[in-house]
Amino acid sequence: MINLRGMYTLFSKEVWRFLKVAIQTIVTPVITILLYLLVFASVLSEHVEIYDGVGYTLFLVPGLVMMSVIQNAFANNSSSLFQSKLNGNIVFMLLAPLSNLEVFIAYTCAAIVRGVLVGISAFLICVFFITPDIYNIWILLFFAFIGSGVLGSLGLLSAIWADKWDHIAAFQNFVVLPLAFLSGSFYSIKSLPGFWQKVSMLNPLFYMIDGFRYGFLGVSDHAVMVSAVIVSAFFILVSTLTLVTLQKGCKLRY
Amino acid sequence: MTIPAVKVSDISKNYGSLKALSHVDFSIDKGSFFGLLGPNGAGKSTLINIMAGLTHASDGNIDVMGNDVRRKWRKARNALGVVPQELAYDPFFSARQMLRLQSGYFGLGSGNYPWIDELLERLDLGGKADENMMKLSGGMKRRVLIAQALVHKPSVVVLDEPTAGVDVQLRKVLWEFTRELHGDGHTILLTTHYLEEAEALCEKIAILDHGKLIANETTKSLLSRYPYSYLHLELKDSSSALPEKIRDMAVSFKGRNVTLRLHREKDRIGNILEALYAAKVSFSDLRTEVPGLEEIFISLTGENND
Repeated sequence: MINLRGMYTLFSKEVWRFLKVAIQTIVTPVITILLYLLVFASVLSEHVEIYDGVGYTLFLVPGLVMMSVIQNAFANNSSSLFQSKLNGNIVFMLLAPLSNLEVFIAYTCAAIVRGVLVGISAFLICVFFITPDIYNIWILLFFAFIGSGVLGSLGLLSAIWADKWDHIAAFQNFVVLPLAFLSGSFYSIKSLPGFWQKVSMLNPLFYMIDGFRYGFLGVSDHAVMVSAVIVSAFFILVSTLTLVTLQKGCKLRY
Repeated sequence: MTIPAVKVSDISKNYGSLKALSHVDFSIDKGSFFGLLGPNGAGKSTLINIMAGLTHASDGNIDVMGNDVRRKWRKARNALGVVPQELAYDPFFSARQMLRLQSGYFGLGSGNYPWIDELLERLDLGGKADENMMKLSGGMKRRVLIAQALVHKPSVVVLDEPTAGVDVQLRKVLWEFTRELHGDGHTILLTTHYLEEAEALCEKIAILDHGKLIANETTKSLLSRYPYSYLHLELKDSSSALPEKIRDMAVSFKGRNVTLRLHREKDRIGNILEALYAAKVSFSDLRTEVPGLEEIFISLTGENND
């Protein structure tokens, strides 16, 4: 029997938590995007056309929005769970009749909500610079949800394994951030030399951003269906890894 | 046959080569007030963590109200309320919010809110219920922890050092509240460093030492294990010669102060006073001392419980 109310309570607690510090969790990433737009779009918009009829600002907006979606989904779970571990209040969740799957779903959904909320806020800021016609809202939402699901799950995994804040920061700055920057957020990978194009295609975040961009513009570097399958497979892989880690009790139930 | 509230069956826990618990086996009757004592590192918290599902045993199993904590973990956790030793709290929420969230984790909705309000009142938290947890004093935080453990009305309540680091006044309040809980029919498992606390509250006591169970019996029977009491005399004249029979009982001489060790069953104070009178030894004060759990504990574990 599933503890639906327990799972919903944990989910709403996580959402409530990040809303209580909305300046840090919502406003700050939106300001960061605003700065990116001011710097990159104003400097490059006149000089670069990525696809036929798609100027640099229009190209940049979905990349920036999706990058903030996934970074914030990761940050939500990694910081929340790790802080609970550090404070000791994780014990309240561990003492409750919540299964590992329920804990996983609650945290991942909260990460998705944070990611999508940041994405919507970022998009609203971008509207001041450009009015993009959304090509397919469902494709866009699919990649936003599954992308933040993947990173939310990774955030959970890193918080479980981390022993100190340094570990979380290392994962965020040495893994998530480089992958996000080298995923074609700021450029089309078609503009890269052949070798680096192939390297970029090993980056799962590339498919999230490329698919999301397709939902906005109707054009992308890679076939959208292939991106959807790769991102879905990655979601299954990361989720399974997180669930197995939770099941084994690693660093949570000694 | 009545199912015990808690049944600890041959539990062992190893951390690498360290044996934190070794074949611990005992049960706690429903409705009883049970004390689990032991020096630091004896394995008390490890045992409680296994009971609560926070740690997995290397061997053996624990049932809470007939539910194996590994196989029927949902039912076992529903039957158990644990007050952790560490003063943990979520810095984002108030006491009332923490209790409502904890209630939700146990699958309880707004129908449980009146009970939460009652807990807040009974633990004297009403006035601070909507303050952020960070603003509460240590004692208040401790009370919130107790309320959190009770939010789902568990049959078995585990109090892991609930009075550690709290002032005397709050300790008395917590003792009183714990007695009320016991009176309400909860089974209580208490671990404490305050032996007088265990002696005053617990009906039965188990003692762990180096991961092994070295005692498990009623408090009364445990106390009777130490057969001596003490008689402290303040003599009027330090040069008074004590009768030989009484001199043999003396365990300490400090000036005019003499301490005699009496066998609880064989020696009678009346006989000693008569012997002193006959020997014309007069005294200005006398005081008796009945040893408590402290002495038993030290004699069993070979160390002080501080």
